[in-house]
Amino acid sequence: MELLKPALGLFFWALLAFMIVFLILKKFAWKPILNMLNERETGIANALQTAEKVKGEMSAMKAENEQLMKQAHEERSAMLKEAKEIKEKMITDAKELAKTEANKIILDAQEQINRSKMAAITEVKNEIGLLSVAVAEKILRNQLSQDSAQDAYVKKLTEEIKMN
Amino acid sequence: MTGKKYLYLVGLAWVLLMAIPFTKSYAQEHHAAEAKAETKEEASKFNASEIIFGHVSDAHDWHFFSIGENHISLPLPIIIYSKTKGLSVFSSSKFGHEGHREAYNGYTLDEHNKIASEDKSESFYDFSITKNVLSMLIGVVLLLIIMLTVAKKYKQNGANVAPSGFQNALEPVIMFVRDDVAKPTLGAKYQKYMPLLLTLFFFIWINNMLGLLPGGANFTGNITVTACLALISFIVLLINANKHFWGHLLNPPGVPLPIKFLLVPIEIMSLFIKPIALAIRLFANILAGHIIILSIISLIFIFSKMGQNPAAGYGFSIVSLAFSIFMFFLELMVAAIQAFIFTNLTAVFIGQAIEDGHGHEEHDHHHEEATA
Repeated sequence: MELLKPALGLFFWALLAFMIVFLILKKFAWKPILNMLNERETGIANALQTAEKVKGEMSAMKAENEQLMKQAHEERSAMLKEAKEIKEKMITDAKELAKTEANKIILDAQEQINRSKMAAITEVKNEIGLLSVAVAEKILRNQLSQDSAQDAYVKKLTEEIKMN
Repeated sequence: MTGKKYLYLVGLAWVLLMAIPFTKSYAQEHHAAEAKAETKEEASKFNASEIIFGHVSDAHDWHFFSIGENHISLPLPIIIYSKTKGLSVFSSSKFGHEGHREAYNGYTLDEHNKIASEDKSESFYDFSITKNVLSMLIGVVLLLIIMLTVAKKYKQNGANVAPSGFQNALEPVIMFVRDDVAKPTLGAKYQKYMPLLLTLFFFIWINNMLGLLPGGANFTGNITVTACLALISFIVLLINANKHFWGHLLNPPGVPLPIKFLLVPIEIMSLFIKPIALAIRLFANILAGHIIILSIISLIFIFSKMGQNPAAGYGFSIVSLAFSIFMFFLELMVAAIQAFIFTNLTAVFIGQAIEDGHGHEEHDHHHEEATA
């Protein structure tokens, strides 16, 4: 039963020591430690929140980028299409121009040819005319070289006049 | 590394030294038995209860071991205040040693190792630094060094650096007290009580562990100490208890008057039983642990005295050692568990005293409906 008897001295020292330890630790240990733990926990929670936020922002940015890429793609294909069209138009235009130019040249040439031909033909005609006159002269001279033939011819001519 | 090795060496030396008192006292008694035939029976009888109670009781000197008649012990300061003689402070070695008690300054040590005055009518107060007080002071110094070092590290590193070293060992314990003891029982106002709960927990734990060291004092297994701690938590409870708590205690609402006469005294008793249970639980657990370990070790000497041959004692020492190692591990667990239980129950009691009456109002409402 000796063990169940409280001792005043021990009680006094235990109370005193506990109080002092409590006050010292409260001020210099528990307060900073608990504050730091809280701070760290809120820090971690904040970091997680920020990470989540950044993640959201990232996905938004990604979507935006995708949109931009899509737009760029569209623009590129539109530009390519346009360029193609321009190219084709240029080619057709050039072709057209070349054709008209060629036609014009051909027409000119043809005209030139025609003109030369006509000149040549006229010349040939003139030549033929002169030749025919010369031939006719020769034939006439030959035929009318005899007097009887001359007379016959005059007669014939006169007959023709009479009939008129 | 070398510091750790040194610590292990010191620990080992202590264990070895602590084993000596038993063997020496046995040798001494054995010798006495041979010398005096008529006292053989008495002398060779190993008084286990005396040894055990000597070890678990408080003392005015810290006895390490005895070699023959030489008692190796640390004398502790005696501080006595008496109205007639005033304050007297002197070393406990002035009282002589066991077997040769001397009176000093009108005081002497009685058979229970308690100070008695030669003048029986004189009343005095004993504030001596006893074995338990010294053990507590060692525990307190260790606690302060550990906690202040860790706190310093927190302050140095700031909040965003991962804990390292001893900080790592303490942080989960502190978090455990906060998240599993304080928060569930105290609710939103838990922060106010954190310093008290943490101090209680670590104070009890470190002193439990110091008590487990061979030759250590039985500080937390002393009813005075546990009563002191229980009183502290009881006073905190009384100071912080709210109107709702007192209302329910002294005038439980919705209870018929005749039952109130029965209920109120029971409630008041339960209020005082709480700290008493708190004190006795810790005291009994730690004391029981000490007594079991000491008993198991004493078995060696009991067996060795059973016949003429001490061989039974040597043989049993193996069993005894195995048992005491097992008990030491168990007690290491109990040291932490009892610290946790004391802290947790303090938190629960305070939690009951500060809770708002939301749940109860609902209950009252139901009761009113029933009576209507």
